[in-house]
Amino acid sequence: MIKFILMVNRQGQTRLSRYYTPVELNRRATLEADVVRCCLSRKKDQCSFVEYKDYKLVYRQYAALYIVVGVTDSENELSVYELVHNFVEVLDKYFSRVIMFNLDRVHVILDEMIQNGHIVETNKSRILAPLTALDKMADG
Amino acid sequence: MPAPIRLRELIRTIRTARTQAEEREMIQKECAAIRSSFREEDNTYRCRNVAKLLYMHMLGYPAHFGQLECLKLIASQKFTDKRIGYLGAMLLLDERQDVHLLMTNCIKNDLNHSTQYVQGLALCTLGCMGSSEMCRDLAGEVEKLLKTSNSYLRKKAALCAVHVIRKVPELMEMFLPATKNLLSEKNHGVLHTSVVLLTEMCERSPDMLAHFRKLVPQLVRILKNLIMSGYSPEHDVSGISDPFLQVRILRLLRILGKSDDDSSEAMNDILAQVATNTETSKNVGNAILYETVLTIMDIKSESGLRVLAINILGRFLLNNDKNIRYVALTSLLKTVQTDHNAVQRHRSTIVDCLKDLDVSIKRRAMELSFALVNGNNIRGMMKELLYFLDSCDPEFKADCASGVFLAAEKYAPSKRWHIDTIMRVLTTAGSYVRDDSVPNLIQLITNSVEMHAYTVQRLYKALLDDISQQPLVQVASWCIGEYGDLLVSGQCEEEEPIQVTEDEVLDVLEGLLVSNLSTPVTRGYSLTAIMKLSTRFSSVNRIKKVVSIYGSSIDVELQQRAVEYNALFKKYDHMRPALLERMPIMEKTSSNGPTEIVQTNGETEPSIVEPKHPPPVTQPANQVRALLIALGLSLLNIVCMYGLFLINHESLSTIPPMIAYNKNGLKIDFTFERANPNPNIAVITIHASNSTDADMTEFVFQAAVPKTFQLQLLSPSSNVVPALNQGTVTQVIRVLNPQKQQLRMRIKLTYTLKGSPVQDLSEVNNFPPQSWQ
Repeated sequence: MIKFILMVNRQGQTRLSRYYTPVELNRRATLEADVVRCCLSRKKDQCSFVEYKDYKLVYRQYAALYIVVGVTDSENELSVYELVHNFVEVLDKYFSRVIMFNLDRVHVILDEMIQNGHIVETNKSRILAPLTALDKMADG
Repeated sequence: MPAPIRLRELIRTIRTARTQAEEREMIQKECAAIRSSFREEDNTYRCRNVAKLLYMHMLGYPAHFGQLECLKLIASQKFTDKRIGYLGAMLLLDERQDVHLLMTNCIKNDLNHSTQYVQGLALCTLGCMGSSEMCRDLAGEVEKLLKTSNSYLRKKAALCAVHVIRKVPELMEMFLPATKNLLSEKNHGVLHTSVVLLTEMCERSPDMLAHFRKLVPQLVRILKNLIMSGYSPEHDVSGISDPFLQVRILRLLRILGKSDDDSSEAMNDILAQVATNTETSKNVGNAILYETVLTIMDIKSESGLRVLAINILGRFLLNNDKNIRYVALTSLLKTVQTDHNAVQRHRSTIVDCLKDLDVSIKRRAMELSFALVNGNNIRGMMKELLYFLDSCDPEFKADCASGVFLAAEKYAPSKRWHIDTIMRVLTTAGSYVRDDSVPNLIQLITNSVEMHAYTVQRLYKALLDDISQQPLVQVASWCIGEYGDLLVSGQCEEEEPIQVTEDEVLDVLEGLLVSNLSTPVTRGYSLTAIMKLSTRFSSVNRIKKVVSIYGSSIDVELQQRAVEYNALFKKYDHMRPALLERMPIMEKTSSNGPTEIVQTNGETEPSIVEPKHPPPVTQPANQVRALLIALGLSLLNIVCMYGLFLINHESLSTIPPMIAYNKNGLKIDFTFERANPNPNIAVITIHASNSTDADMTEFVFQAAVPKTFQLQLLSPSSNVVPALNQGTVTQVIRVLNPQKQQLRMRIKLTYTLKGSPVQDLSEVNNFPPQSWQ
């Protein structure tokens, strides 16, 4: 199962974080910093899976943004790699502008895709359906 | 009071902060505004404020004062409020806060709400952070929703059920009837989450596992449809329809088929189909193939399928994409135990991966290489691995060195190769080898008898080059101490013998003692080595001087050793040769220090010499034991460094005894033994017997040999020879005869008979040829 999802920029600042296992607040900062350091220090030609403590990190870089997913050992890493890409495509479809100013919406999308550490839905239109409904309600 | 700013304004403002302090200031200001807004119970903007609070929480600032506000939002009727409220609950609350219990009622109501989105929200939150009490209360609602026809709700209910089962495993049976028609859904979302639910149930309970085995045909059918169906725009990812679902189903099949023949057989076809039909040009296809390979390896598949799986992994290894190579190496590591031969075929590719730049790949390749080493490929593999050891990062060196030692021990084709390999490891990665490797190596070297000269020569040369690697230095100084005489005498068959003088050797050892690079342990080793050389070399004075200098060393361990050795020189000089003899071959025991089992070639009874109490076989041993206790020498010192032992000799019948002296009632017999391990030493035991009617007291036996021999006289059993042949006095003489010349001896006897001293000189020439050949 998925333990956490992080989106960080190249300076190491967290843009989005979602934890699916309880992690205390004070430990979160150190965990994030550590994970980010691990991923940022890797070069272009190194593989995207890193072993970190007792779980694996799968990371993917999109321009200035790194998306890191921490998974347990039993997960198929290549599948998680695809999941990250799927997530980015969904974000792309919904947000015509810059993502980061609408953090709550990103959380909503994430909830529709991943619940409790497992994948719920991967179909883009179905994920975005509740969100469009929400938007309609917010405007109306 | 002006309207609070929107979330995106806040984010924009915070982004402009240039320093950490500036950011903190902005956030504090905003927090204060939010707090006062909460106090005013402002309903319209609460949702906005909580959203901002969530953002600040994510940045790491405390936001606990917003928890109650989240609850208020959840209780509100507006959907936007509820959305942010539930999100806040998921992010800010967990079961350790007491506040979350207040949510139970709200969630219950919302689970029965008319709008599916609200129900979905409630399910999501419950599944994320519901505690066991909440789950127990609400499990019934979840189960009801699991049976509804609304696919949006069904899929969320399934995942919520997973969480409930995790928290309260007893409720698993409750969900059983609902799972009956989960798999007949068309909606992929529902299918996916149902498979997750089934997987969770199977993993938790073996009964469920048995129960769900009957679903295997259905799963196979679904998988088949996925592969066979054409292009489906809904779930297509790079040309493959719903790879996520495929992967999930494969994983469930793996769990169901494990150790069950029928299910495995039902899956064989579909697995073969997936393996051959999936396109491998994109990552997606490879993800599916990876899962397929893992499944094939775990279930009881037929051998053709297994070979197919390993070939797929072999193809992965040749792929350019690093991720795929990593994944292949990981899987091969799991299968190498069971399908060893098949993996061997890909050995050369694996060894190539050792040179990869990526750290994860290198580590995997190293572990796999060690698993693949066997008697046939040991030479080639070891060459590659040693090359890898030279060039790899320090974090690998310790593991690699231990792996090399283990492999060499198991499969070494010859002793010389083994020693060469060990030397190579010591010189390249000497500081990274584990601590227990030094005694292991020493034990190995003692065991390879014929390689002593070669080993000590190579170690000496290595020492000349570099004294910084402590394990190498320790092993080298131990060897020089033991076999220094071989080094100086230049006897080496395997290599060109180098010309080394005793002084040069002592220079090197003394250099170790004073060098800054040597640790205290190493200094101890070299001091003991110098001491041992006092019996093997002739420049004893120099050694005495060194030893006495260290008698006042600051290091307590060194000082103790030096003082004890000094005592050896002064008071117990006659004991010195016995104490400093060669070590016998040590048997490997599982405990730490080598308990010595005395090696016998002819006779079969080993006598285990315990470190403190050597068996009193003959008098010299007794004396030596007394010496030990008198000097209070430490155990480890004696056992490791000195070779205190009794050698059981080869059977006596090979060399006949002789009478060396027979005059005036005193008869002296010589009996011979060949000492092990050095065949150049003849051990002669004299037996003195007295046929007169009076005891001979103060009996002293002395012997001298020509210059080409070396003589060691051990202590006699007693100095009274009882009268009338009632007993004998025995004494052991050891003669070193390296040039194998004819043995000649001059003996001098002194004793007191009936009050008057008697002295006699005699020559012994009639030694049997076997004693000195």
